[in-house]
Parts: sequence; C-alpha cells; structure tokens
Amino acid sequence: MLFVPGNNPGMLRDAHIYGSDAVMFDLEDSVALREKDAARFLVYNALKTLDYGKTEKVVRVNPLSSPFGKDDIEAMVRAGADVIRLPKSETPDDIIETEFAIATVEKKAGIPVGTTKMMAAIESALGVVNAYQIATASDRLIGIALGAEDYTASMKTSRSTDGLELFLARAQIIVAARAAGIDAIDTVFSDLNDMENFEKEVRLIKQLGFDGKSIINPRQIPVVHQVFNPTEKEIEKAVRILSAMKEAEKNGSAVINVDGKMVDKPVLLRAQRIIRLAEASGIYFEEEGLE
Amino acid sequence: MNLLKKGIAGTLESGDILIDIEQSESPGIHIDLSSKVKNQYGNQILEVIRETLQEYGIQDAAVRAVDQGSLDCTIRARVTTAIFRGCGSSDYQWK
Repeated sequence: MLFVPGNNPGMLRDAHIYGSDAVMFDLEDSVALREKDAARFLVYNALKTLDYGKTEKVVRVNPLSSPFGKDDIEAMVRAGADVIRLPKSETPDDIIETEFAIATVEKKAGIPVGTTKMMAAIESALGVVNAYQIATASDRLIGIALGAEDYTASMKTSRSTDGLELFLARAQIIVAARAAGIDAIDTVFSDLNDMENFEKEVRLIKQLGFDGKSIINPRQIPVVHQVFNPTEKEIEKAVRILSAMKEAEKNGSAVINVDGKMVDKPVLLRAQRIIRLAEASGIYFEEEGLE
Repeated sequence: MNLLKKGIAGTLESGDILIDIEQSESPGIHIDLSSKVKNQYGNQILEVIRETLQEYGIQDAAVRAVDQGSLDCTIRARVTTAIFRGCGSSDYQWK
C-alpha cells in the first residue's frame, strides 16, 4: 500500500503506475492544517476523474473528532474511494462512529449501503490492547494496520532497526486480524536509503503473518513484491497438492498423498493461499496449471 | 457566491497550478494565465477555470493562474479551493 500525500497533484496523478496493490491518499498527517480543504478538493476531484485501474483506492481521513473528519468522509465516499482508513483507532466506538458517518453519506448519495469498506490504523498502546474488539467492530473492516511512529511515542520509546519494540504490537495485531478474518498491514519503514534493513523488516513481517506492508516510496514496491510473491517452487508444489486434492475428490478418497506424504488440512489451506497470492500477483493463472 | 477577499490555492510544484482570485474592478472574468504549455493547452485551461467559476456563480473576478502542467481535475480542485477561501466559506455541497 503506497502512501501518497493528498495535497500533491503530481503524486496523485502517477500513484498507480508503479504497481502497488493499493494506493493510500492521505488527508491526515502529511497535510498541513491550513491545506486540509485544498487536499480534500484535490483528492475528491482526482478520484472522480482519474482511472486508477485495478489499484485499490484507500483514503486516510482525519478523525471524526477533528474539524475535518466529517467533510473528509462525505467527500471521499461520494468520490468513490474503495476504502476509508481511520487513523488512531483506539476503541470499537471509533469504528462504529465512522461506520455510521459512512452509511449516512451512502444513503444520502444513493450508494448501496456497505459499498465503502474500512480499514483501521492502530497507533497507540490502547489501540493494541483493543485490537480484536476494533477488528470485529464492523463488517466493513477489511483490515487493520499498525502505525508505528505514534505507537512507539505512546510507549515512551522509539523505533529501532530490529523492531524489538514493535514485537508485541505486531503480534497482537496479526492475531486479532486472523481471529477476525481480515487483513493485517504493517507500518512504514521511513529510511529510503536503508534498503537492506527495509528488506529484513519485510521478511520479518511476512514471517509473522502480515498480508502486506505500507510503503512511502515506489522504490520500496519491488522489495515487498519479491518477498511476498510465492516462489516458482512454492507455486509448483501448491499446484501438485491441489491437483491431488481434485483427484482424491473424484475418486471419493479422503486421504491425499503428494510425493509420498499425506496432506492434511493446514497444508491444503496453505497451498490454496499460495495459489490465490500467485494469482493476485499476476504470476500464475489457474487455467495454465491445474487442468 | 461573493468574493470577499483574495483567495489563493495551489503551488508551483510540477503537476500543480497556483490560482489567485479576487473580485475584479471591471465586470467579467479576467484571467492572466502563464503556462509552459500555453500554446497547446491554454484554451483548455482557461475553459476549465471559467466553467468552475460559473459553477459557483462568480461573474466578476480577476484570476491569476500559474500552471505547471496540471490536469483538468487539479485545475478544478485548485479553483474551487481558491473560490471558497476567497468567499470565506466552507459550506461545500458534495455531490
């Protein structure tokens, strides 16, 4: 998910051409207080006019408790944002209030209620403690994300390269997301010149179970894709497992064997996930392999 | 809408347009446009500015526009922001 400052027309214009899965237009922290109106008009007009293709369009709005939140939500829902991302979510009430605001706009605008999805950013100690309640507060939620800068400030610490201070928050967020059946997105890595540690961090969060990473520059996209895309070997194995499953279903057999090893349910689920990921990444198409 | 003061929006960054709008002393819309692509896109930029002013019922205005290769949607956004700032209003009716 590529972060794009909402008041920068050049970046809004080009945001989708670098191949990130989602773009997040920011009306919050990257926009100065006196430019909030300008950024809102800019993102509103861009969303109504430009074709971002298959790239998911996420907008980070200002909190409803600020003077800008209500107008942000009205403008972005009407402009057709796929996802409204809430900053600094601390309690389920934050989600419920925002959902109500979105639903009110959808009804007024004649948009089917439920069209606009939501994502919540968890950026404080209280948010981490309430992660599961937040993740299950609305059917619109498609994911929760860690915002590490504010979180570490709330924890009276700072970020390090190995991310030790984020371990509990990351683990809690990924567990909450999995229990709720939604995605978990990791925080940004701000040092663009340190690609080595960026890659290490991407590998770490993938291993923890995250579905993706927030990024601040297109240069970071290939690294995330390289780490997250399944390898040819993984895809090949997954295809063999799913083919064996089909064969077993055809023969009415409950036991699946691949390469002489029995395949149980977790292995099957992992294989299905690898294929879905490979299809989403555009590196595998079912008709080419399975049949 | 009535322009009560000068309204400014936008920047001089690539892809943006800086709009400066105020009530004009003589009737009508007067636009001073500077753009590197004026020969090719000047009329289109002027048209988008005029359309946006018309949308908010602005009939007499002096506009200074410095274009840095902006798209129509950027021009609309910056002119709208400048109008609302100049009119001292935040009561935009989102459609």
